[in-house]
Amino acid sequence: MLLIACPWCGVRPELEFTYGGEAHIARPADPASVSDTAWTAFLHERTNPKGMHRERWRHTHGCARFFNAVRDTATDTITATYKPGAPSP
Amino acid sequence: MQRFSALALLRHAVSHHTGWQPQWRSPAPKPAYDALIIGGGGHGLATAYYLASQHGLRNIAVLERGWIGGGNTGRNTTIIRSNYLFAESAALYDHAVRLWESLSQTLNYNVMFSPRGVMMLAHTHHDVQVFKRHVHANRAAGVDNEWLTPQQAQDFCPPLNVAHNLRYPVLGAALQRRGGVARHDAVAWGYARAADALGVDIIQNCEVTAIDRDTNGAVTGVQTTRGPIRAPKIGVVAAGHTSVVMAMAGLRLPLESYPLQALVSEPIKPALPCVVMSNTIHAYISQSDKGELVIGAGTDAYTSYTQHGALHIATHTLDAICELFPTFRRLRMLRNWGGIVDVTPDRSPIIGRTPVSGLYVNCGWGTGGFKATPGSGHVFAWTIARDEPHPINAPFALDRFRTGATVDEAAAAAVAH
Repeated sequence: MLLIACPWCGVRPELEFTYGGEAHIARPADPASVSDTAWTAFLHERTNPKGMHRERWRHTHGCARFFNAVRDTATDTITATYKPGAPSP
Repeated sequence: MQRFSALALLRHAVSHHTGWQPQWRSPAPKPAYDALIIGGGGHGLATAYYLASQHGLRNIAVLERGWIGGGNTGRNTTIIRSNYLFAESAALYDHAVRLWESLSQTLNYNVMFSPRGVMMLAHTHHDVQVFKRHVHANRAAGVDNEWLTPQQAQDFCPPLNVAHNLRYPVLGAALQRRGGVARHDAVAWGYARAADALGVDIIQNCEVTAIDRDTNGAVTGVQTTRGPIRAPKIGVVAAGHTSVVMAMAGLRLPLESYPLQALVSEPIKPALPCVVMSNTIHAYISQSDKGELVIGAGTDAYTSYTQHGALHIATHTLDAICELFPTFRRLRMLRNWGGIVDVTPDRSPIIGRTPVSGLYVNCGWGTGGFKATPGSGHVFAWTIARDEPHPINAPFALDRFRTGATVDEAAAAAVAH
């Protein structure tokens, strides 16, 4: 089980959190104007890297707030967590 | 290839079994092939075998980063079934089951296919409705599936607890009698041996590090840890690492890779005659020929390439197993491990061409690819050889995520989601 540092609450066990997938994927501002290809890329295509992954988590059973984390998917080591809107380290 | 038979066994017994040859060669890679398969698991080896045996492509190679069958082929719980809801899925998986039924004879290799029946338990009113719908849909599609009452389920599987006071009582079950298990290692070895006999080079410890393309964007070969290899056609069958390989060709796929766990108990005498699965409380279990109970657990919550999973995931599954089978409570677990599974948004695989000319992909089998191994290799070989999908894998094209014609198969995994 991972130990995850919520930017507001501190280090808590993984069971308190919900995973939110890859971070920094912006929804197109005007979905009706984007092509099917661009919409597919937004909706389904993911980097899925073996290595550093920027991802969203939600402290569901805590402060209930979303935040971002940087985790190495080859080792599951979390190197940073940061608040939404903050630049990625 | 030395054929296996009772007579061969007797003949070699005379020389104390010292005359057996290695079952496949270990060739050095040639500078060029007619086609390359990246990934030496069951699906990749099956693809190579059917390319050679059915399409006459014999100057081909399978490139494997580690050793053949060392990934998900050697890590799964070997369940085989085809009781999927949608006609497209039922056709794909039943194609595989029909090939399983004669695979040992086809390959001259005992893959120990054992159609002992796969029983999926219903624990809630919703489960009952969903499974009955599956039974009817399967029977309409020509796939066997039948509904059992709790008592019939216990008659079929005596150790099953069907008491009314369970947290999730058994309200019935869907039984596919043609489903069962097979010996996973034998599947990889049998396909490798048969493909090698047809001239396919199986190259292990050979990691692909780049995919080469010409000025038109078409593939021309790969760079590997054992040197460059040219080929006009490349089939990627890399399971959990598909995103990593396809990124070498500049492609982003609708895939996420998760660790999926399995565990085995200490061996015991035959106690569990069939495969039992429960979507709702998330457990699946069968007994291997060695006597170990083989138990499948769930995926971790987050994407990862670490081939293990969190302990609380396995614990959750064991809670369910102990309630369903009280007699197993005192068993000790011997080993647990994880494999990396590539999951698509609709939980159905992707088998077909890609936007890159000459590059084909067979991926997205998620938590249940083993059962499809023969059928997957068969239709993927057709796709590579003819540059067009077989009618069975046509609905599973990569393009379905753009067109919206997805095959949204909740029955793909043995879990509720």
